[in-house]
Amino acid sequence: MKDRLGEFLIEKGLFITAISSVVIILLIIVFIFSEGLPAMESYGFLNFIFGSTWDPSSGQYGILPMIVGSMGITLLALIFSVPLSLLCAIFMAEIAPKTVRKIMKPVIETLAGIPSVVYGFFGLIVLVPLMRTYFGGTGFSMLTASIILTVMILPTIVSVSEDSIRSVPSEYKEASLALGATHWQTIKNVIFPAAVPGVITAIILGMGRAIGETLAVIMVAGNVAQFPSSIMDPVRALTSNIALEMGYATGMHYSALFATAIVLFMLIMILLVIANYFHYKKKINVGGGYL
Amino acid sequence: MHRIVSPKKAQKIMTAVFWGSGILTVLIMLIIIGYILWKGMPVVNLNFIFGEPVDSGASGGIAPMIVSSIYVTLIAGLVAAPIGVGAAVYLSEYTKENIFVKLIRFGSETLASIPSIVFGLFGLAFFVVFLGMGWSLLSGGLILALMALPTIFQVAEVSIGSVPKSYSEGSLALGATKWQTVYKVVLPAAVPGITTGVILGMARAISEAAAIMFAVGSALAMPLSVFDPGRPLPLHLYVLATEGISLQNAYGTAAVLVIIILVITVLTNTLVERYSKKMMGR
Repeated sequence: MKDRLGEFLIEKGLFITAISSVVIILLIIVFIFSEGLPAMESYGFLNFIFGSTWDPSSGQYGILPMIVGSMGITLLALIFSVPLSLLCAIFMAEIAPKTVRKIMKPVIETLAGIPSVVYGFFGLIVLVPLMRTYFGGTGFSMLTASIILTVMILPTIVSVSEDSIRSVPSEYKEASLALGATHWQTIKNVIFPAAVPGVITAIILGMGRAIGETLAVIMVAGNVAQFPSSIMDPVRALTSNIALEMGYATGMHYSALFATAIVLFMLIMILLVIANYFHYKKKINVGGGYL
Repeated sequence: MHRIVSPKKAQKIMTAVFWGSGILTVLIMLIIIGYILWKGMPVVNLNFIFGEPVDSGASGGIAPMIVSSIYVTLIAGLVAAPIGVGAAVYLSEYTKENIFVKLIRFGSETLASIPSIVFGLFGLAFFVVFLGMGWSLLSGGLILALMALPTIFQVAEVSIGSVPKSYSEGSLALGATKWQTVYKVVLPAAVPGITTGVILGMARAISEAAAIMFAVGSALAMPLSVFDPGRPLPLHLYVLATEGISLQNAYGTAAVLVIIILVITVLTNTLVERYSKKMMGR
């Protein structure tokens, strides 16, 4: 009897740990929204999202320049990172001999493990001076930030898409090779197309990491809250906006920074839902072999 | 279809391109790690590791930062490990695949993708202000626990799931209760995987600065307890670099962080290798 009570309590205890992440998410939503919504309400939701001036000292809280900044940095980073990451993922899954793959795995893990501040520091002392020398200006720009992010999101895209390439049933590959196709033709026409849903998930996860990155971007992007006219202009990301000003913000300004976090949170949620959709699609799309 | 390049030639070109991209990735890693270590290692010595910072870190060492980092990372591990492993046990041993399990997985994925600065704001509003913990290493460590949780949960779930069903069936058939089976049979078999998960979760915690910058108070003094404010290593590096306090000490701090990450990578790889060998040998 004592045994049964113990088992019952343990099961309930484990149940509580299981729901903890959902509870934490709800807490985050409650606290971020309760601090941020007042600013959105009093400044006006549309004015907040589409306002083009951010100037807390004169009560202007428009975050469109930061939305443009975040999007610009992220898209550029994806343009650079996706081709390299996918080639690297295919290399690791299909081309590399076992010993080389054994070297590549920890390399990717190390790239994933380097703290974002260290990336930012490397960008600040190496990349910014380089950009200044070769492209002029201050060296702090949307382009500089996107190059750093290119490396930071590479491990995410590589590891998720490598998994998905690896999980393509080997019969697909064998059949194609048996029909006389070269390995490259097989990769291009059979393996990669079958892995596409997983690859899209990988890219979306990388995109999420790029949008969410804070300090590495602050250290190299220049942080001017204005619309950039070219990729060589300094920009400010949504995340940077919070990190730069939270230290001294009060009242409406404080609330507006929480409202910026609401926007970030919503962006990430949208990406997650899309990623999950493709993940689900992956399971039904590839006919014979369940992936 | 008109062919510009023969399949054979395309094969050759693409093989070169694939190798090139692999080599480029390795080079990028070597350049970043190499540069930081090359510039930072000359700064790192016993005085740097065990010394107190002087003039806001312009000279002197980083001992209080190392202690702060240890405090917040330990809090993160101690709080997140039981919760993450408990959740993994519940999902793989106590329930079946249903909408509830899907909800928990989605929750964990969401937690893993929330930007660190959003965690920072939540920590400020919840731990520092609402729960009244103030600017302290405890507030910072608890934020990092939330961030480490999904990593620990996901790795633990995979490794508990890969313990053969015959193990627990055998134990249950011998009359052991569910919890006895989990505690004495399933968990021990999954220990290497769970350890890897906990290390990876703590690695995420030790690298983080944005999430704790509004919670730890950023004090330079040696923290005496978890209720004191402190300044973990990544945050120290950020302040040194962006406020232009000392490039030398920034290099040194960055080198220490890189070494920690390298040790963690080697450690987890050894664990995983040993684990998979054990599973293969069975």
